[in-house]
Amino acid sequence: MTDEIFEARLRTKDGQAVIDLIGEINGQAERGLMDVYHSAERLNPGAVILNFSQVSYINSTGIALIVNLLARAMKSRLELRVYGLSPHYSEIFQITRLTDYLKVFPDEPSAVTNRP
Amino acid sequence: MFAGLRKWWRSLSGQGEEPPRPPGDARLSAPEKHMIDLDMEPDDPFMAHLLEAQGVVEIGGLNLKSAALEKLRAEGVKVVVPLISQGELIGTLNLGSRRSEQEYSSDDHRLLASLATQAAPALRVAQLARQQQAEARERERIEQELRVARVIQETLLPKELPVLAGWKLQTHWRPAREVSGDFYDFISFPDGKLGLVIADVTDKGVPAAMVMATTRSILRTAAEQHQAPGEVLSRANSLLCPSMPLNMFVTVTYALLDPANGSLRYANAGHPAMLLRTAGEVVELRARGMPLGLFEEMEYEEKHAALAPGDFLLMYSDGLIEAHGPDGSMFGTERLKQKLGEPVQNERLVQSLLDDLSGFTGDGWEQEDDVTLVTLEHEDDGQDQAGEILGEFSLPSRPGNEREAMRLVEGMIAGLGFGLERVEKIKTAVAEATMNAMEHGNQYREGLPAHIRVRARPHELVIEIVDFGGGKEIPEAEHPDLEAKLAGLQSPRGWGLFLIRSMVDDLRTYSDSVHHTIELVFKR
Repeated sequence: MTDEIFEARLRTKDGQAVIDLIGEINGQAERGLMDVYHSAERLNPGAVILNFSQVSYINSTGIALIVNLLARAMKSRLELRVYGLSPHYSEIFQITRLTDYLKVFPDEPSAVTNRP
Repeated sequence: MFAGLRKWWRSLSGQGEEPPRPPGDARLSAPEKHMIDLDMEPDDPFMAHLLEAQGVVEIGGLNLKSAALEKLRAEGVKVVVPLISQGELIGTLNLGSRRSEQEYSSDDHRLLASLATQAAPALRVAQLARQQQAEARERERIEQELRVARVIQETLLPKELPVLAGWKLQTHWRPAREVSGDFYDFISFPDGKLGLVIADVTDKGVPAAMVMATTRSILRTAAEQHQAPGEVLSRANSLLCPSMPLNMFVTVTYALLDPANGSLRYANAGHPAMLLRTAGEVVELRARGMPLGLFEEMEYEEKHAALAPGDFLLMYSDGLIEAHGPDGSMFGTERLKQKLGEPVQNERLVQSLLDDLSGFTGDGWEQEDDVTLVTLEHEDDGQDQAGEILGEFSLPSRPGNEREAMRLVEGMIAGLGFGLERVEKIKTAVAEATMNAMEHGNQYREGLPAHIRVRARPHELVIEIVDFGGGKEIPEAEHPDLEAKLAGLQSPRGWGLFLIRSMVDDLRTYSDSVHHTIELVFKR
């Protein structure tokens, strides 16, 4: 079985960098995700917003990628926000305590305006 | 603070020069020095006077109503120099008359004041050092007593658990720092029956340990003479009462199990009631009876319960239910019953209870009492062990194949009535366990497949995942620490087993020389 292709697309919205994540977040997603994140950093945005609404699967290696991303964002004092998580992955973000450091929003407008 | 002063108050007294004395005067003879044992009350006005004076005090002309002052005068003291350290009066230098009978000069006053300034801190240091030495000796004495009591207690606990076919016994004993008198015991009888004892002696330390040793012996003797639990406790009480120290007693539950048919007869002497978890409920097994050692000629109610396969019996000490949370509330029997009623596998129950206790008491809990648990499980007879196999398949060890495992398992469990959220958890657990099997067990060698079997039992779904990682030590997985990962102190990876444990109701692993098997269990 071949991996579903992962894709990360960068856009801006009201001064924030929005990264649309598409497909599966696993070990194969590392390069694509980090490349786009670096591009987002260069935009010097107020925050980087990860859109999970088109993500079909996150495994433990994918969680490790997000931890990596978060560590980098914290180091550069860049706020990381997420939205579009399914109830199951929301629970996993809570179990792993990622939600202690990431702001989770229900949708894009609330993530962009930073108002839950 | 003043108690310390009283304890340490030893006024140094001496004379500058010997005064002329009438014959027969028993007072100080120059150049004699001696200690005046002086206890000064905190409200003695002389104390306030000395603190305010801050220098040499000629006491001849003082007009104070002071017992201490009277005593000093009676001892022939003329001059008192207060020794003050950090605002506290810690002693005095007391001098009699000058030999020349002249008054003390202003030079003498300056000299004495200077001497007092230097002597006070040195005296304070000496006082503190002596105090610390005394405290250290007391601590060592208490620690030694605790060690003796602990050794007695540990010696009395069974070294091995009885082995009964179809039954599983477990014990847990977490001692408090201050030794209390919890103990448990098992008494095997020639007819195959097993006596189970859990007891708690009031009081702590060596006295409790001694009573514990006596009670254990008496209970064993009584159990060999009488099989009926009520009679055992009655006899033990009669034997204990005459020798029981004042204000001490023992709470005991004694139960007699017939492993052949699951019959359990029991009696209780004031101990927390056992809890029995059956397929549908958790019940308290109560029986009336006073603690042992309080009143002679007591009778103990005897009751009976039947333990069916799958049933789980919990005997425990009050250290569990009387543990306090940070807000002062107690863990309590109701919480324990509720916890016991949760869908946790029997073999994980004790750990689950202890985890719950830790969560309740918080990190800084100083355990007040021993926590002792004895559990007895009537194992399933095996008729339902196999269950219905819903399907099985093998997958080459190749990155990404865990998603195929998820897809296939999802299809197999579709008719079992799991809700959407449970299905997602099952899928995640299957994916992570399959990844572990392919990566760690089979090193992603495609010739070594991961084998997956899905089984439905009446009360649980079991998914077995088998790899070729048998015959070798499996390193203990590091518990993921998010803060350490974010700080770069721990690898960002290492979430797999953590996620699996978070998704399942139970997790079992087995190994032989070739294979390693992980069983993911989900209650239905």
